[in-house]
Amino acid sequence: MEWRHETAGIGTIGRLLLLFRCVVAVTFALLVAAFWHLQIEMHSQYLERAGSNHRRARPLRAPRGVVFDRDGRVMVEDRDALHLALVRDQVVDLDATIRRLGRATGVDPRDLHAALARRRREPDHRPIVVVRDASRAQVAAVIARRAELPGVVVESTPIRSYPAATMAAHSFGYVGEITAAQLAAAGDEALRRGHIVGQSGIELSYNRLLMGIDGTRHVVVDSAEREVDTIREEPPIAGQQLRLTIDADVQAATEAAFGAFGFDGAAVMLDPHSGEVFALVSLPAYDPNLFARGIDGAALDALTRNDQKPLHNRALQGRYPPGSTFKAAVAVAALEEGVVTPSFTVRCDGGAVHYGRHYRCHARHGVVGLEEALEQSCNTYFYELGARLDIDEIHRWATALGLGELSGIDLPYELRGLVPSRTWKRERHGEPWYPGETISVAIGQGQVAVTPLSLAVMMSTLVNGGHRVTPRVLKAFNDGRGWRPAPAGPPARAVRARPETLEIVQRGLWKVVNGAGTGRRGRIPGRDVIGKTGTAQVVSREGRLAADAAGRVLRDHGWFIFAAPAGNPEIAGVVFAEHSDHGYLAAPIARHALETFFAKRDGRPLPAPPTPPLLAPEPAPRPAPEPPPVVPDVADTVLAGGN
Amino acid sequence: MLERRLYRALDWPLVATLALLTGIGLALIYSATYDPTAERGGSELGRQLAAIAVGLAAGVALLVIDYRTLADHWHVALGALGLLLAYTLLFGEEIGGGRRWIDLGPVNAQPSEFARPVLALALAALYTRTPGWPRPARDWIVGGAVVAVPFVLIAQQPDLGTALTLLPVYVVVMVFAGLRLRVLAACAVVALLLAPVVWAYGLEDYHRSRLISFVVPESDPLGAGYQQIQARITVGSGGLTGRGYLQGTQNRYDFLPAAHNDFIFSVLAEELGFLGVVFTLGLYLFVIHRSLGAARVARDRVGTYLVAGIMAGFSFQVIYNVAVSAGLAPVKGLTLPLLSHGGSSIVATLMGFGLILNVGMRRFTN
Repeated sequence: MEWRHETAGIGTIGRLLLLFRCVVAVTFALLVAAFWHLQIEMHSQYLERAGSNHRRARPLRAPRGVVFDRDGRVMVEDRDALHLALVRDQVVDLDATIRRLGRATGVDPRDLHAALARRRREPDHRPIVVVRDASRAQVAAVIARRAELPGVVVESTPIRSYPAATMAAHSFGYVGEITAAQLAAAGDEALRRGHIVGQSGIELSYNRLLMGIDGTRHVVVDSAEREVDTIREEPPIAGQQLRLTIDADVQAATEAAFGAFGFDGAAVMLDPHSGEVFALVSLPAYDPNLFARGIDGAALDALTRNDQKPLHNRALQGRYPPGSTFKAAVAVAALEEGVVTPSFTVRCDGGAVHYGRHYRCHARHGVVGLEEALEQSCNTYFYELGARLDIDEIHRWATALGLGELSGIDLPYELRGLVPSRTWKRERHGEPWYPGETISVAIGQGQVAVTPLSLAVMMSTLVNGGHRVTPRVLKAFNDGRGWRPAPAGPPARAVRARPETLEIVQRGLWKVVNGAGTGRRGRIPGRDVIGKTGTAQVVSREGRLAADAAGRVLRDHGWFIFAAPAGNPEIAGVVFAEHSDHGYLAAPIARHALETFFAKRDGRPLPAPPTPPLLAPEPAPRPAPEPPPVVPDVADTVLAGGN
Repeated sequence: MLERRLYRALDWPLVATLALLTGIGLALIYSATYDPTAERGGSELGRQLAAIAVGLAAGVALLVIDYRTLADHWHVALGALGLLLAYTLLFGEEIGGGRRWIDLGPVNAQPSEFARPVLALALAALYTRTPGWPRPARDWIVGGAVVAVPFVLIAQQPDLGTALTLLPVYVVVMVFAGLRLRVLAACAVVALLLAPVVWAYGLEDYHRSRLISFVVPESDPLGAGYQQIQARITVGSGGLTGRGYLQGTQNRYDFLPAAHNDFIFSVLAEELGFLGVVFTLGLYLFVIHRSLGAARVARDRVGTYLVAGIMAGFSFQVIYNVAVSAGLAPVKGLTLPLLSHGGSSIVATLMGFGLILNVGMRRFTN
């Protein structure tokens, strides 16, 4: 077949080829222009995006600082916990591996599956922890069966450890992963997602000191986020060491005393001159180690739903009627406002009539002066003071002594108590104050509610010459360059009370313990303990009778505020014994704490824990100078003004 | 057979440029498959070398036999292609939801890659059998039927992208064979008007998602738009002189899927920069220029049509792939001839150039 060109076509083909070349050349020129745009004009932008594609800054966790008690004993530290993790892309048969892992560790395979399921969306090469804080036996079992458990790895991370478990739990607090709210509130670079931060106690209030500064590992990752190279490392800076004012011996002794008597409650013991807290108790407590390990939902639920509220720091957050302990503040107010003189006396016939209503006392005390009224906790005397004082005068002096105020302690979540005033009543209830209400406030009932800590501050103020100190739990800190004292808190505020006033009140409180008073169970020979008992009514007498079957839950709370030795006190504080029924039952707890404190100071062996007292029914109410009065000092009182 | 005269008439500059491009391709395949932890390239390099050897043999075979003899047997070639494509459709390896491969033991073959040169040969022969200027309408219909067979078979795999690359071959050969440009323009208008209908009824979902992601890549940055965004980052981060051979982070840390075949030009742009891009595009332009020269000097129409058809497919593929590599066109799974890894692609490309050199070499012979 002949396939020669037809001559007519040659010119046309030449033009078509030219067209072809032009189209190709123009298109190539457009492509070059496009590459110019991307590679030259947009270069820096795309270079940056390429960089962020493959460069990652991975945090290196800084170990949290160690916390010591005032004697240098380790209270909180970081320890290396071992976790068992699964790397799925190294596992051949996931179900079989989990079955074998379950057998080796004694963990229910369903829990292992659940742990995996929670993070199943993460890349397969990333280890997923299935057994947190594994025991040594579990780790050993896995290592021994390594051949049949491909893809199971042991990881190590530092976790917070509280060797003393529940002791002083509320002061130490606990740690947990930073919450969204905390992250938003922090608003700076130091706190980032995934950080373990303090959630309570000093772990929270001194979080920044304890946290240290995380380091960074700059790594190169591939498109599957697998690390392929490390560029450089900035090592972390460990958190600072803290030395607390807490004395572990006093703390432990106080908690043991609560245990021996079978009470929950709270206690605060501090140096009345410096505000250094020796012991801060809130019972029942929780084990902060649970949170450090990563508390699971059920355990957290059990803690938060528990009727006894173990997470609640009763010393700072519990608000209870102060009962007769409030009489000390009323006494100061009466003397300072000049409504009575030190020699003023009242005749107690078992009660008194004010504003047309009869208010009862728990005994017939006869003619009593201020000191005897404190010693005997005579309500009749203080009803009279309540009739003579204005509520705002009581408010002013109670507030000056620290009641109804935040103490400013360096622990979080402190709550303010309540000492009523005309302003408060008007704002809260839109009603004027009725003078009759002042009568019950004068014996620490009615609308008064205080925290144990604020009563400890009041006691300190009464015995240290009228200076309201700010309680502190941090004594010193060490950032690696030696110990430095903690920064001083706000200066103590002077309460403008005359020294004679404080002396008279202290004399009364001395008699409470060392005379025929209600606090005799707090007496320590040679230690000159002074104090005051009180009973916080849980419900009214009628309510209690109605709910008699409920038993212990509705029993009243007992208070004992104290200081020792009189004249030159080294320690002051409060014991709040929940549902102990009587203030004098709180006193032995304080006595054991004080004995421990002084034994330690004098270098003597620490006293043995107190033996549980007889919990037999109390003997008949009267007459009974010994054992101490069994009728609670306000329980029989018909209260005016509301509840 | 291969006389000394013919040997001298061979377009040696074109051969040298093809060799240079193939060499650049090998270097880039090594880089694209380089494992930075093991510090060695992938097995793809060896497979590419083997494919080049096969392609060389096939190309030389097509060079040695006079192209007119080959054109006489165009129906054999077309029939063989049809059978291979039909076999692929029925018994091919199913990979990623499509049957595009025939399992040949150690390697897989992709018959659709051979469709463009075979079609160019068939159309060239077809349109020179009947002298005619202007050409009777019957010729266009027969040509359309010749194209339709491989087009439908490939589109059924489904591989619409590769099927569409047959159209430039068809159109260009038709234009050279006498189709008036104004008719072509009219067809283009009709095609544009039909586009919405095709969008609604003629496309699979994954085609649509690719097209949407091309227009708005950020609409699906981890899905269909991912490759395009990453391609632009890869190209843009190269800058003027590139990040250095084996040093491109996008390539090295696998942010670019299919770097060694579909996106080999992105690797080049990242590691060798704008200068490397311009140099390589210059080489391609030279290849097209020299090849079209063979079409001009061909001693008969079949040679001209054959070269024009092959070059139409080649140019389209180069332009399209380079545009995709910079994120400028929807991803279609087309290789970059001579540079990309892919056995069938390199063999088919070298066979095509065997034919082109054949035409150029025999410009004086009868």
